[in-house]
Amino acid sequence: MSTIKNISRRSFVRSIGLASGGLILACNTSIFSDKEEIKNLVDFNPNLFVQLNSDGSLILIASRSEMGNGVRTSLTSVIADEMEADWSKVIVKQATGDAKYGDQNTDGSRSIRYLYETMRQMGAMAKAMLITAAAQTWQVPASECTAENHFITHSSGKKIAFGDLVETAKTLEVPADIQLKSPKDFKYIGKHLRSVDAEEYSNGSAVFGLDKRIPTMKFVAIQRCPVTFGTVKSFDKTAALKITGVEDVIEIPRIEKPFGALGGVAVIASNTWAAFKGRDALKIEWNYGDNEVYDSEEYMNQITKNVHKQGKVGKDTGNVNKAFKNANKIVESTFQLPHLSHAPMEVPNAVAWVQGDSCEVWAPTQAPQSARKEVIDYLKTTEEKVTINVTLLGGGFGRKSKPDYVVEAVMVSKEINAPVQVVWSREDDIKHGYYHTVSSQYLKASLDKNGNVTGWLHRFALPSIVSTFSPGVDYAAGFEISSAANIPFDIKNIKVEVGQAPAHVRIGWLRSVINIPHGFSENVFADELAFAAGKDPLEFRLNLIGNDRIEDTPDEIKYDTARLKNVLKIAAKNAEWGKELPEGHAYGLAVHYSFYTYVASVVEVSVFNNKVKVHNVFTAIDCGTVVNKSTVESQMQGSAVFGMSLAFYGKITAKNGAIEQSNYHDYQMIRIQQAPKVHVEIVESSERPTGVGEPGVPVIAPAIVNAIFKVTGKRYYNLPLSDYGLV
Amino acid sequence: MITLRINGEKHAIDVAPDMPLLWAIRDIIGLTGTKYGCGIGVCGSCKVLLDNSPVQSCMIPVSSAEGKDILTIEGKSDNLQLLQESWVALNVAQCGFCQPGQLIAASALLDKNENPSDEDINEAMIGNICRCGTYQRIKDAIHRTVELKNQD
Repeated sequence: MSTIKNISRRSFVRSIGLASGGLILACNTSIFSDKEEIKNLVDFNPNLFVQLNSDGSLILIASRSEMGNGVRTSLTSVIADEMEADWSKVIVKQATGDAKYGDQNTDGSRSIRYLYETMRQMGAMAKAMLITAAAQTWQVPASECTAENHFITHSSGKKIAFGDLVETAKTLEVPADIQLKSPKDFKYIGKHLRSVDAEEYSNGSAVFGLDKRIPTMKFVAIQRCPVTFGTVKSFDKTAALKITGVEDVIEIPRIEKPFGALGGVAVIASNTWAAFKGRDALKIEWNYGDNEVYDSEEYMNQITKNVHKQGKVGKDTGNVNKAFKNANKIVESTFQLPHLSHAPMEVPNAVAWVQGDSCEVWAPTQAPQSARKEVIDYLKTTEEKVTINVTLLGGGFGRKSKPDYVVEAVMVSKEINAPVQVVWSREDDIKHGYYHTVSSQYLKASLDKNGNVTGWLHRFALPSIVSTFSPGVDYAAGFEISSAANIPFDIKNIKVEVGQAPAHVRIGWLRSVINIPHGFSENVFADELAFAAGKDPLEFRLNLIGNDRIEDTPDEIKYDTARLKNVLKIAAKNAEWGKELPEGHAYGLAVHYSFYTYVASVVEVSVFNNKVKVHNVFTAIDCGTVVNKSTVESQMQGSAVFGMSLAFYGKITAKNGAIEQSNYHDYQMIRIQQAPKVHVEIVESSERPTGVGEPGVPVIAPAIVNAIFKVTGKRYYNLPLSDYGLV
Repeated sequence: MITLRINGEKHAIDVAPDMPLLWAIRDIIGLTGTKYGCGIGVCGSCKVLLDNSPVQSCMIPVSSAEGKDILTIEGKSDNLQLLQESWVALNVAQCGFCQPGQLIAASALLDKNENPSDEDINEAMIGNICRCGTYQRIKDAIHRTVELKNQD
């Protein structure tokens, strides 16, 4: 294991000062091998990831956003490994939002999947040029030179430091052919690397969006309409202006775009507290608009009716009706899951400074390029006039891939001609988000006399994420259907149908997205079928997945049932599935494939006096090649807690169109005394690296519900469990 | 004018007496390590030590912090420093945002209790939410700190 010496921001500035004559290596789209990638990168220009300075310091660019995913460390460690660089000499610099870096959207658990090969190429290219530079310096064949730990060594034994090769290397052409290392020689990839930001995180010097300061900056709080897309009818700012520190009150209009500002009344003040107080003192009359009708309880009843009748067909293999007719046993269940809010610890916020037709933004954003586009559109300006600086993110979970809060800051800055920081209160965050979809699901299956599943019907209704982008869409989209349609079960007759579900709030992706409802219903229902068949859930599930095969999916990366069964077997083995547990305790299991990654968890719960406690979680993950074991482990630990929060407490409701929850007291999170011990096993693999940030989440809630059934004999089909008094 | 003594340094500030200490620290004095998370005293992101006791600075008016010793994450105490080293060594933080509050709470625990049990840790840290779910490594880092101290 290598140690990482972190370099403070002060020494970073110093090394920039020394950087004249630095070697900058460029790459272009041809390096991307992923077809999916190229499709997204039509405007990809020559870009920069590596800068070696003559003092040996090495600046590596992280083009994806850091939000606890460890990406600033993982991406750059891949470059450093291929480059044979000394990790202690690495300084990580965050890329601004710019098309030249390729797709920067940090979502979909795909940063490593998309960029692993590219980052290897970046490092290998630099190494090759340094070797050539050394060979020229010594007048020897390049084949006699090797790179190791920031030096090039000749077979005769002489050595030269990377930094001393800068002058020569920068005169060289970028090589056409680049040799990658053999994985067995990796020094950083596949090891435990500490975050490059670990020291700043623990001494308070890490700069999140909320921590950005500009001397003349104003602080802004915005009152938005309680009902989604409602508008300001009139407002009285008299009382607000009397608050000490409040300087101005202005109305900002709604921008009717997926990531546009909701609009409202903005209070401009000399500090955040004054802005919040001034905002509280506003008197506003609203036009609530169409969404005032939204009552989430009634809505749940409606979409549940919609899944209890025939829907639009999303998949129809074999003949489900015939299977049901010939069944020895029929099982049917209905599942209801509410809206969720991301609630990252750092609320949405952004600093913007509009000067003429130029603008600079500092924001915790997962999508700096989307933010840039929104700002360009709003200011009707051009790309080079807009800079999006990406700060550290105090959590994202999908909320910060929607840059509506950046647009708000730009609107206010332009209006008052000063730099501003728009700060959402926690109440704003809970009440005006892009919510994880609410869903109702109906599953029906037939068993033959041997307890084998012969038919499977999955019918669901949920407002689609697409409704945020195409208002009026009221059925699930293709990707939301395929997640249910591509279940890896060896069943001959499968039908998937979708019911109608219009959206009344902004629907957005939240960590693991559609896999939350589908992973829940499929895993709970499969467990129910095991008991209906009189079989052990583990044995039943392995049998249901069936023989080893590669599933025929449209995706480039194929679904391998052997890998799915493998993670389930590992989790079960580590938990010692089948062993006797203390009275009141039981195991439950779930297994799910998402973001091209295989995850299984066995959870140990106890239920005493109708209260559930999760003691242990045994998680096995196969995400192909692992870049940073420390991150994969921590993401699995974090996913268990995230999954528990949604299982125990996660519920956003609306009445008369307004969200009823407001803060962490009525939208609760798992706390330390509830946190289980999470035992993680990472499958050793040389397959292509796949997602890590999200795929650990979907298995947790169903595994808990399955374990509770084992203890109590009662099956819970709806979440959160706090609604049943179980928490 | 209100004078605050933060990390041993005096700051005279001109603010409303009911301004929460959190905002005085962040927006007026400019120490941004102390975080805003909820504003209602339920998440722990804004924890500081007030005369050696952990408090949620979003709930304390600046007027009642006057004349007291305030320690923020930027300050120094023996236990805080040892805990910070363990936090780095065990790579505790994910997004890192709640960690200043977690560290302040943990340092207050070790100031009072040299050998905390898991129960003691739970009790001391229950007020600090981590949305990333780093609780396991937080516990491990507190235990590691205690072990290292006991070896000396």
